Amino acid sequence: MPLDLFNVGEPIADTKAPTDVPIGERWSERKFRGRLVNPANRRKMTVIVVGTGLAGGSAAATLGEAGYKVKSFWYQDSPRRAHSVAAQGGINAAKNYRNDGDSVHRLFYDTVKGGDFRSRENNVHRLAEVSVNIIDQCVAQGVPFAREYGGLLDNRSFGGTQVSRTFYARGQTGQQLLYGAYQALERQIAAGNVEQHARTEMLDLIIVDGRARGIVARDLVTGEISTHFADAVVLATGGYGNVFYLSTNAKGSNATAIWRAHKKGAYFANPCYTQIHPTCIPVKGDYQSKLTLMSESLRNDGRVWVPKERGDDRDPREIPEDERDYYLERIYPAFGNLVPRDIASRQAKNVCDEGRGVGPGGLGVYLDFAEAIERLGRKAVEAKYGNLFDMYAQITGEDPYSVPMRIYPAVHYTMGGLWVDYDLQSSIPGMFVIGEANFSDHGANRLGASALMQGLADGYFVLPATITEYLADGPFEKVDDNHPAAVEAMQGVQAQVQKLLNINGTRSPASFHRELGRLMWDLCGMERSEESLRKALDRIPEIRQEFWTNVKVSGDWHSFNQTLEHAGRVADFIELAELMCIDALHRNESCGGHFRAESQTPEGEALRDDDNFAYAAAWEWTPEGQPPTLHREALEYEYVHLAQRSYK
Amino acid sequence: MNLTLRIWRQKDPSVKGKMVTYKVSDISPDMSFLEMLDVLNEQLIMDGDDPVAFDHDCREGICGMCGVMINGQAHGPQQTTTCQLHMRSFKDGDTIDVEPWRASPFPVIKDLAVDRRAFDRIIQAGGYISAPTGTAPEAHSMLVAKKDSDAAFDAATCIGCGACVAACPNASSMLFTAAKVTHLGLLPQGQPERNDRVINMVAQQDAEGFGGCTNIGECAASCPKGISMETISRLNHDLLGALRAGARPKS
Repeated sequence: MPLDLFNVGEPIADTKAPTDVPIGERWSERKFRGRLVNPANRRKMTVIVVGTGLAGGSAAATLGEAGYKVKSFWYQDSPRRAHSVAAQGGINAAKNYRNDGDSVHRLFYDTVKGGDFRSRENNVHRLAEVSVNIIDQCVAQGVPFAREYGGLLDNRSFGGTQVSRTFYARGQTGQQLLYGAYQALERQIAAGNVEQHARTEMLDLIIVDGRARGIVARDLVTGEISTHFADAVVLATGGYGNVFYLSTNAKGSNATAIWRAHKKGAYFANPCYTQIHPTCIPVKGDYQSKLTLMSESLRNDGRVWVPKERGDDRDPREIPEDERDYYLERIYPAFGNLVPRDIASRQAKNVCDEGRGVGPGGLGVYLDFAEAIERLGRKAVEAKYGNLFDMYAQITGEDPYSVPMRIYPAVHYTMGGLWVDYDLQSSIPGMFVIGEANFSDHGANRLGASALMQGLADGYFVLPATITEYLADGPFEKVDDNHPAAVEAMQGVQAQVQKLLNINGTRSPASFHRELGRLMWDLCGMERSEESLRKALDRIPEIRQEFWTNVKVSGDWHSFNQTLEHAGRVADFIELAELMCIDALHRNESCGGHFRAESQTPEGEALRDDDNFAYAAAWEWTPEGQPPTLHREALEYEYVHLAQRSYK
Repeated sequence: MNLTLRIWRQKDPSVKGKMVTYKVSDISPDMSFLEMLDVLNEQLIMDGDDPVAFDHDCREGICGMCGVMINGQAHGPQQTTTCQLHMRSFKDGDTIDVEPWRASPFPVIKDLAVDRRAFDRIIQAGGYISAPTGTAPEAHSMLVAKKDSDAAFDAATCIGCGACVAACPNASSMLFTAAKVTHLGLLPQGQPERNDRVINMVAQQDAEGFGGCTNIGECAASCPKGISMETISRLNHDLLGALRAGARPKS
């Protein structure tokens, strides 16, 4: 790898997990060894939490209950809007209620394997342990999970597993879990333990004496830019899938908080690990503003197929059984339609590349429920998936009960994120990162129903237990607006905002975002190669250059200005895209969602190179014009043996 | 399709707003209503005009952030969210009026965006079950009859968009409040706080300035999630029970 793209720095390691005890005891041991903060002292300490999704909302509520002074920030009008609300399928937990051989160890094993052996064993094991407490907590809050006639909780299966461990609330599990966290948060707001900052966006991190001590934020209604201080800062701002412009993320989901923290010194780990979800509604036209997911749970009963012959454009209902290729069932008989997401997506791409795709442009495959409707009856299918079928009909104008759905992969989740240790602390002391915003648990591919599990694990159980070790040294010396670090951060933000408004060019922020997104999808999407990534790395600096000389943002910054908000986010996406491509180029192996054309088995499966790449890549920002610095965290597997992933 | 849009423009709450006419052309019937507004806004930005402010986020009908009056109907002619309304519901040459939710507890921020934090304050008044983290018993230690669990879920699907208030001639928030009272009141976990919950949530919605419910039913007819008027009966039932039991709102 030529060194013009990056420098190699010192290796990095997690030092917080107590590896002197067996893996099943490490989390308890860590909690025991960590220092505590007594209730009287908690009142003297402030924690900023940015974001109110499953991770941020549950963390802010739990820290408020514990007695800390919490300041909670979100960019929408209400904490209930956070994009966790859109998660459909479910949440995993190793309850073994189905008596089908599940256990904490099996959930741990499935997750490490599903992540293609690129996650940290200690973190994943803890996640599996905590999973059972999450279900208890949510039921106690009144989350209306699906139940059976006897009154017990129901489960279903998800990709990459052979047990039924997914708890769900019809196709709206994320919504119901989020409302549980939201209600707990509102209760703490009412109790005066959490100070709320609605419609407020974090634009920079303030570091004093090497510690994260506050943020600069802009009130999106009045435009006012102000500083907020605390003893610790928690980022729970979600993933960066919108770098691709079209994704299943909300329109407002953005990388600004984590990117600006990265530019202040937080390492960014594995940015190239992006999850392309196999079952989304295909793109329709250039005007399209977002993509809609059809839950993975549909693959429990829906069968994926394409015609055997290329260019077969008959009505799908007229194609006889023996002229259909149920390619997932054919290639992976053991897991069938429930293979992990990265594999299902890549196979969809392969059949479309062969010219067997269906629908406009040949970019789609069928997800067919005819057999399920025959077997279970329409009513049962409706009860399980009704809202998803309605959504599909609403968007496409087609009736999925009578015509097979058409689906195609789309960007859905980002496994990469800010680097954190076992305590979820970033490389900046006092800054913690939770939920999708960190990199910690999913390796190179996330299994279905594991994002909700991780968000709530981090927010309810992990962060509140680990942050005490850091806060035990607090409260820290008071900081105010006049501190040079605060003044500098504030001026930096003001200067950037003013600069965006002054350019007055000829292209809207959305047009740059669209261009960047298409480039990333084509060159750093489901399949990457050295050639495509080099092309992207040639082009991205040109887009950045043009953006900063030709973007047009109307209005001013002293008012509600959505174009200005978008412009700031696009500026950050452009820089992040470049790092994603560098990371993808340097990782000359395929693993999980990162598929390098140069590295595949004869059957076309991802081929890892464990000798050279069994590490997490943590990138350090360097001043503009200089290549980033790579810090490697070696991944050691004590309990799960490295193996070629097989779902056959 | 070519369309004429008449859109409410209001720079901020301190100035008077007015309807302004715009033309958009080449609109595809497959576009969502918000994508049609995106087209208009791109046009306005390029012309150096102020784009129309409107709230939106997930664009898949679940976050509850979007919502405008379309030809006088909350979320437009279909019973769905504005982001899930597609232009195939309109005809070439149509004139479409687009206005913000109109209710005094939802003050306009700018153009089509309004402040709905009054809803959060109703939840703060009691729309929760007090279950501090770490205190929960094993999930299967409590059975819930499937019919109660399903009915609780149906009520819990409310997305807090505010269409019920916008559609109601009295700007009542009764359907929103009743959905939460129903969700939590049907579950065994919700029983200990049931009386206080309903009393305090109703007191808060009054304090916010929402109107009284007169059983018109526009709320349920415009609810994108199909929350039923039955929830309002349940709220009234719970409210009477709570009053009889001597519960009184926190001051």
